[in-house]
Parts: sequence; structure tokens; C-alpha cells
Amino acid sequence: MDNIIEIEIEDRDGTVQTIEVPTDVNLSLMELLKACDYEVLATCGGMALCATCHVEIKSGGENLSEPQDQELDMLDTLPDANDDSRLACQLRLTNENNCLSIKIRGALQ
Amino acid sequence: MITTDICIIGAGPVGLFAVFEAGLLKMRCHLIDVLPQVGGQLSEIYPHKPIYDIPGYPTIRAQELIDNQMKQIEPFNPTFTLGERVECLERQEDGSYVVVSSEGTRIHCQVVVIAGGLGCFEPRKPELANLVKYERKGVDYMVRNPETYRDKKIIIAGGGDSALDWTIYLADIAKEVTLIHRSDSFRGAPDSAEKVYHLAQKGAINLLLSHNLADVHGSDSLSHVIAVNKQKEEVKLEADYFIPLFGLTPKLGPIADWGLNIDKSAIVVNTVDYSTNIERIYAIGDINTYPGKLKLILCGYHEAALMAQSAFKYVYPDQKLSFKYTTVNGINTF
Repeated sequence: MDNIIEIEIEDRDGTVQTIEVPTDVNLSLMELLKACDYEVLATCGGMALCATCHVEIKSGGENLSEPQDQELDMLDTLPDANDDSRLACQLRLTNENNCLSIKIRGALQ
Repeated sequence: MITTDICIIGAGPVGLFAVFEAGLLKMRCHLIDVLPQVGGQLSEIYPHKPIYDIPGYPTIRAQELIDNQMKQIEPFNPTFTLGERVECLERQEDGSYVVVSSEGTRIHCQVVVIAGGLGCFEPRKPELANLVKYERKGVDYMVRNPETYRDKKIIIAGGGDSALDWTIYLADIAKEVTLIHRSDSFRGAPDSAEKVYHLAQKGAINLLLSHNLADVHGSDSLSHVIAVNKQKEEVKLEADYFIPLFGLTPKLGPIADWGLNIDKSAIVVNTVDYSTNIERIYAIGDINTYPGKLKLILCGYHEAALMAQSAFKYVYPDQKLSFKYTTVNGINTF
């Protein structure tokens, strides 16, 4: 179907689920995760300030937009970040991101 | 002791507007904020960003909104304590409260309004199982007095400006400094990064790039920090002090210990008047939560208005509240 993609989400407890997400609603991945009832604090509301929407990209990262300075700066302050870390609030999914696979890593407090 | 009707914790846009709404009902306000200036996130984090959803302003810069709000509340002569964090609330026998700050400032008030936004920014702690055990026993999250580290073995972790700056500074003071960073490059100021590389080349510091923190060991106090490289090979480093410097993260802080109902780091309120589970304590703006909550400045303004109407009964228990429009009544200054 047009403008619907499937992404795979691994929760903190290892549960993996594939969900269908629309790409024409102008929501960030953080907002989509919250809409799907995943526990993501997103304290700062999407300004790349709190890093509570930290996700690890398991596959498909090459089709995501490059991180901007603010996101990289914030990721740099995360003790548990790695090279595949992104902030979900800074990611806008497009039809290119079908089959993206992520793991939720953000802190819960 | 400062005496006021309402003590507002947090001087962001919602806290400032609460002064206006309280002022219309002749209630005086004192605001306290951990930041050195008013405006909260708007002034501290995005002063130049345009905001598009303030009624009446097609667009307004964040700092301009705060400046306007300060002007709007001028007639009500609010007073401020800035740069101090509220540590505790002391309930008095008559039901009123004394708000106590980190610096010992005491504010007596009839009503406490928490408009704390994201909360206060605290050092981000790496998730290491034993870390908490050694806090103040070798693990410090900020450098308070550099002399503490004289002739000691120090391990700093992080890749930002403060990690770089303290590595450079402590290189002269400490017996040994090791900087651990998860990446192979630094995003901090290029000058500082250059200096750190130079110190490492000279052998003045140990630089451990592409290593992640794995654990901390010790007995009564800290003795070792364990780091692993990308191949999961362990390095065990001796340390008198370990200083993880991973920036600041917004936390509820002391507010979490006041007996308020908390859900996911936000204060649960009754939407009738934005009161909390504790009488005379209200929570408005981004720090509260209720079904349908939207973290919008304009929602915070609405919450401030309803809070003020409800708080009136504690400030003027013998008076009947009559609702008046500013268009009819104007602004009666005091």
C-alpha cells in the first residue's frame, strides 16, 4: 500500500514486533513509538535534549537521514551509545525506510 | 524569610503567567528557579527559536515571549530567587508551607505551585551496576574542588567539552589522568581535543579511545574501573577517583521525594484545578500529567488560570471569589 511501511521494533525486554507505520503523517519515530504504546519518556518533547528516545538501529540505517550536530552532540553524552545509536525524535520515516529494524534503548527515568 | 501568597517553583513561561493570573486575584507571587535567569527552557535552550502557537502572535521568538511576559506581570511586582534549587517543602501547622532552597533561602507561602517544566538538569550517570555504591567514595559526577584530585589517579569518561576541559586541567594536578571515550574522535571544542591529543602524545595523560565503560570495582571505596573495546576485550584500570562527565539530563530532582503522585516523571494532577494529591500544592505546565495532556505553552497558561481560581481559597479563606474580566475591570496593580 502507498505510504505505509513495516518496521521491526525490539523492546527493552527483547520482545520483537513488526508494526505498520504511515509515512505521510509527519510524525517522528519517537512520536510513532509513543503512538504504538511503547514506553518512551521523550521528556524534552523532541528537541534532542534529553536522549530518552535513544534507539539502536539494527538494520536499515543507511536509508535514514544523516544526524545533525545537535543529535550527535546529545548522543555523545550518552554513556551507553554506540555507532548505531540515534535519537528517535530526530528521525522522520519515509517509504525508503521499509524494513527498518530498531531496538529501544532510552532511559525510563 | 521571604513571605508571599504563592511560591511558584519554576520561572518559565507558565510560571510567569501564573503570576499574572494570581495577580488578577490579588495574590502575590515569589518565583524560584534553579537557572540564573527567568524564562526556563525558552531562555536557556532556544531563545532565538520562533514559536508559532501562541495565540495572537503568528510567530514570536522564545526570548521575546519571555520579555513580553515579564512586562505583562510587572504590575503585580513578583519577586524572584534565581540560581537556587528547591530542596524541600516544610508544612506548617496552619497548613501553609515554607519552601527551602539549596542555598537555605526560606519562602513562607500559603500555596505552592510547581511549574518546573522538564525538572532540573542533573548529571547523567552511566549505567554501571556498582556505580551508586561508590558515589562520594571515589565516584564524582562533577568537579567541585580540583584540589581533591591532587596526586591521585583519576579516570574521566566522556567526550564532550567538560570531559576534555577537566582532563586538560587535572593533567597538571593529578598523579595520573586517563580519559575514556566511546568513540575514536571528539565532538567537543576542536582546540580542547587538540590539547588532549597533544597531552596523550607527550605521555602526560592516558587516552583510551573506542572504549566503553563496563564496571567499577572496589571495597569500601573505589579501586578500579573496567572498560571494554569494540572487540569486548577488558582493560582494568586502577583509580582513586572516577569522574564520568556525560552532560546533564532533566530529572524531577527533589520533587520526586515530596510525596506527590508521580507517573513517568510527571506529577499527576486533577484537571478541575490542576491540584496535586497534596492540599495547597498545584502543578502546572510540562511537569504535570493527566489524561489528554499536551505539553504546550498555551495549555500551561490555561492550567495557570484554573489553578489561580482554586488557590484563592487558601490565600483569602474568608472572601468569596468573583470572576472578573480584564476588559471590564482592567489590571489593578499592587
